[in-house]
Amino acid sequence: MSAAIHLSYKVDGSDFTGAGTASAAIKRILREIGVDMDTIRRCAICMYEGEINMVIHANGGTADVYIDTEGVKMVLKDNGPGIADVEQAMQEGFSTAKEGVRDLGFGAGMGLPNMKKYSDEMLIDTEVGKGTKVTLIVRFPKGGGDGA
Amino acid sequence: MKISEVAEILNAETLSGEELMDREVNSACGADLMSDVLAFVTDQPVLLTGLVNPQVIRTAFLMDIKCITFVRGKKPDGEMTALAKKNGVVLLSTQFTMYKACGLLYSKGLE
Repeated sequence: MSAAIHLSYKVDGSDFTGAGTASAAIKRILREIGVDMDTIRRCAICMYEGEINMVIHANGGTADVYIDTEGVKMVLKDNGPGIADVEQAMQEGFSTAKEGVRDLGFGAGMGLPNMKKYSDEMLIDTEVGKGTKVTLIVRFPKGGGDGA
Repeated sequence: MKISEVAEILNAETLSGEELMDREVNSACGADLMSDVLAFVTDQPVLLTGLVNPQVIRTAFLMDIKCITFVRGKKPDGEMTALAKKNGVVLLSTQFTMYKACGLLYSKGLE
């Protein structure tokens, strides 16, 4: 892998069943360019939880993914309600998701904690009433490179 | 054990991935909350669940889960089956409850 790759996805907020499409696409691309399995899984989980969050809370948004020789940077942006208390939102089990979301297998307050757990760096830029931007970085393992 | 043995132990119907039944699996997990699967599953290629929606298939694909077993006779629709086929995930359906299905597989050596 020599040149940086930039991929851009629109996450449709009206269709819960479609959430995860971008994550699956990223997983396929990372696999094609020879990235190691652990890194692929970590990126896929971060993207997937991000996509689900955007659908549940923000009526969709955009996901931009940048891949270079160091790792993968994911920028997830929405124009949703924003997060009033980020510290509280980072606690496992805390959720403001509506009742029905749990029936779908999500909304249990694990999204942001999972993203934090599987990324090397996570930055949340949010403003109530305006939206949220979550930047996640997953680095390739040292020594082994990206396996490409 | 092979996925075909999982199907046999659970007396399960194969709904998708008949050609992949020879794949080896060595562990399993049972969950209805996909966020838990994303949080705790490291390498567990069989997922038992009572949840039936496309996110189960997507979670499986993203977590390298090879086989999903729906408990209590639940069955996915055509869209889910097509998604599973595309992603190479075997779909099984058993009449057993989650508790019993997990117990049966565990007692036969699937941890």
